[in-house]
Amino acid sequence: MKFIGRKTLYSLIIGASAIAYTAIPSLGASEPAATDPPFPTSQRLSPSQYKQTIADIFGESIKVSGRFEPEQRDRGLLAVGARTTNVTDSGFQAYDEIAREVTAQVVDLKHRSAIIGCTPKSDNRRDDSCARAFFTRVGPLLYRRPLTRDEIGNAVQAAGLGADKLKDFYAGVRLSLEGMLISPEFLLRFKKMEPDPANPGQERINAYSKAAALSYFLWNSTPDQDLLEAAKNGSLNNRAGLELQVNRLLASPRAADGVRAFFADFLGFSEFEHVSKEAAFFPNYTATIKQQAQEQTLRTISDHVVNQHGDYRDLFTTPNTFLTLDLASLYGVPLVDTTDNGQPQRWIKYTYPQGDARSGILSQASFTSLWSPSGRTSPTSRGKALRELLLCQIVPAPPGNVEFKFVEDTTNPKLKTTRDRITAHRSEAMCAGCHKLTDPQGLALENFDSSGQLRSKENGVAIDASGEFDGVKFSGTYEFLQAVRNHKQVTTCVAQRAFEYETGYTPPRNDPRWTKVQESFAASKYDVLELLRQIALSDLSYSSPSKTTTASR
Amino acid sequence: MNSKVNMLTRRRVLKGVLAGSAVTVGLPVLDCMLNENGNAFAATGAPLPTRFASWFWPLGLGEAEWRPTTTGANYEMPTGLEPLKPFQKRMNLFSGSQVFLDGVANQTHFTGMQGLMTGKTTASGDYFNSVDGVIADRISSRNRFKSLVASCNGDPKASWTAFAGGKVPAETSPMAMYTRLFGPEFADPNSATFVPDPETMVRRSVLSSVSEDRKSLDKWLGAGDKQKLDYYFTALRSLEQKLDIQLEKPTPLPSCKRPDALTDDGHPVSLASEAMARHDLFAALFAHALACDQTRVANINISQGMTELRREGDTTSHHSLTHEEPIDQKLGYQVKCAWFQQLYFKGLHDFATTLDSIQEGDGTLLDHMMVFAYTDHGAPRIHSLLNYPMITIGGANGQIKTGNHLATPGESATRVTLTIQQAMGVPVSKWGAGVNQATVPVSGVLA
Repeated sequence: MKFIGRKTLYSLIIGASAIAYTAIPSLGASEPAATDPPFPTSQRLSPSQYKQTIADIFGESIKVSGRFEPEQRDRGLLAVGARTTNVTDSGFQAYDEIAREVTAQVVDLKHRSAIIGCTPKSDNRRDDSCARAFFTRVGPLLYRRPLTRDEIGNAVQAAGLGADKLKDFYAGVRLSLEGMLISPEFLLRFKKMEPDPANPGQERINAYSKAAALSYFLWNSTPDQDLLEAAKNGSLNNRAGLELQVNRLLASPRAADGVRAFFADFLGFSEFEHVSKEAAFFPNYTATIKQQAQEQTLRTISDHVVNQHGDYRDLFTTPNTFLTLDLASLYGVPLVDTTDNGQPQRWIKYTYPQGDARSGILSQASFTSLWSPSGRTSPTSRGKALRELLLCQIVPAPPGNVEFKFVEDTTNPKLKTTRDRITAHRSEAMCAGCHKLTDPQGLALENFDSSGQLRSKENGVAIDASGEFDGVKFSGTYEFLQAVRNHKQVTTCVAQRAFEYETGYTPPRNDPRWTKVQESFAASKYDVLELLRQIALSDLSYSSPSKTTTASR
Repeated sequence: MNSKVNMLTRRRVLKGVLAGSAVTVGLPVLDCMLNENGNAFAATGAPLPTRFASWFWPLGLGEAEWRPTTTGANYEMPTGLEPLKPFQKRMNLFSGSQVFLDGVANQTHFTGMQGLMTGKTTASGDYFNSVDGVIADRISSRNRFKSLVASCNGDPKASWTAFAGGKVPAETSPMAMYTRLFGPEFADPNSATFVPDPETMVRRSVLSSVSEDRKSLDKWLGAGDKQKLDYYFTALRSLEQKLDIQLEKPTPLPSCKRPDALTDDGHPVSLASEAMARHDLFAALFAHALACDQTRVANINISQGMTELRREGDTTSHHSLTHEEPIDQKLGYQVKCAWFQQLYFKGLHDFATTLDSIQEGDGTLLDHMMVFAYTDHGAPRIHSLLNYPMITIGGANGQIKTGNHLATPGESATRVTLTIQQAMGVPVSKWGAGVNQATVPVSGVLA
């Protein structure tokens, strides 16, 4: 609903220690308007959750190739936008088209016998008992809870009507299943509350809602049978039962799906949808490179976080990554694929020498090319992205009426590099305030051009990547990456975003339950899986957001 | 299968490809379905509908020099608008009006648009019920699509269309838009035969039962979720209505012709020339969609205001140029930026020409509609909120006078958007809030 609301939170508090949105009201910015709609707790399935859910229920061979309505980002995350934006007419019609694509495959000759699970007495007539068996089995997986007798009855009835009208049992099942795939019970996840028997007068989250929340948080998909069973027998309502399930989910290889989904959202990868580079300047920057750049970073993170249980901070300096031949060429790495002729491209584990500028995830094209205009670099864009995405800070928007004459003047003999031009621009008083927040970090990454390609010179002059970042001086790119690694807000920010990703709202700063999550994260040496575990176990994740926390929107 | 019948183009019908008595209706007979003046359906007496298009171009126009020195008719067309000269008699040029910040900090590229399109400026970044959305609610809610939104540079966020539930993302792909409009579900209104599709009947019935899920959900939900569910069911009803329309025999429309399929998949582009090539595809598609009465409101956005579009061989975007390029002292505007504006307005000329090429009764589609062209800023270099250039093209079914330059210096831009709503039949006597509220339309426009 409020698609750029946070930009309005002008404030010169950047650089102060507490930059969470919660900090804003205390510094005198306006309180939310009285007309603010109540905060919804429901969220719609993201395209990646939808695809994973369909694959888990009907099998990997069912393709979802239709186009979803674009997701909208709110307060840094698509996962928050999934709660605050409404389904539009065109968005709903996109869901309908995708549902038709999926259901047509479910009943096609290739899949019907395996997925439907029973054979109708006749292909061209209704068979209620076969339809009932099918909907009784898949219904709970789709709605993430048992279906009522009426709901199953309606599904069977719709399938029968379709079979009668079209003289085709499978067409009937298809059309009835289509109805389930566009039902709010499937597309929207609700946080259903119920009276808490242990605390009369209070509410607790319904166990099935809790199962879905856990599963989408940790696996990016629908709950499996085991988790639904834990909801059914009530064990999810107690600490031991919850812990058992959380540990089981995190120990599964599928935890990598959850970690990848969170970081793809956190790092803003959806913006790649509209990245395009000028082919005349960057002939190597193809659609394949765009895909591989994201995959490189997600593989680096997944390996570090899930396989190694590494320290989150080391993601900014780790020499370990995965490359394809195309990416190796972009980064100037002499990668050799000895196994065959290199087609199709495979992912090869690669370790840079200690201290290499290409270490860590910030020097990867998923950051440097994503936050650059199509024709040239913008240290300001990269610096702003770093502060907003990875440190959870707010960079004020530029004022109107800005003089940019130095930045563009690429022919001025005195201003050869981007650093020269932007420094001249920054010398103007009205610009200095904000640019000193963004530009030093961006300039530290100038060794990567707009496409992410490694370079050492611009217009024949060696690039100077030295500078200072929040009080820490650095002489070049690697020292800068170390300064990011050691910035105290990188860990508080990832914790805050993980909580917001799971709940939709900012964690209350002084709540002891939130303090405990952060302390446990620190005690684990910033093991991201431990962070996710603590969030999944915390009561805070399942309580209704109070007025004070939602006010931070 | 009956869908084959629905897929017939008029040409195939006219050629008599299908044998048999069902296919006997040709174009001359269809023209006879209009009344003597050709401006209404003979059978029902209902007038041809008035249709609306909006057209967004980024980053204003020239500096301040573009404003003609005379008002009223026969003004000298500003250099920057030269491509529109052929339409001077059939358009209006609005100058001088502004968006008032009304105490809100200016977010460039947004606050001005919020004021212009939704009538108010707020600190919270609300964006609901845009002018085109309000018009669509009024004139297009019984059509197969209430409104269509396209962006030409591959960015779905390049949209200024919003309804009560919030903003509507733009379709980026001409191919996908073609399929939505003219794919298998399109029923040619001029096809002589019509058999309702039994599958559509079943889908319609399944949708009704989905609607019933509402009751079981409501008891669980707080106010925020109930409101969200309201919008969900509003969207569901729009699909129900779309299926209802597909189950009815469409009213014949002589000027409706299914266009050729398109292959552009809407990938992001960074050259202005690429965006404008795609613009022309959307323009033609929307002209057919309007002529075929699939919708009565269509919206084209070239890109976002802060556009990344560039000229071949130049690394600097149009947006960066507006800040960085010096103003030519003799000409009074930025020369490189003017190149982009000329390219955009050539596109607007082509859009109007396409609309004008479709004959409808006693005139053309353009005579029966209004195209509203608008932009996010006044003078580009400082991203001004003053002196917004706005343009309407077309006669709006005789609801407006055209050919004039209308200057309202210092007044709220909402006066123009109020005028447009009234011309389109929206029963509204005031528009906007606070200082941006308008209560009087621009004089000399409404017929």
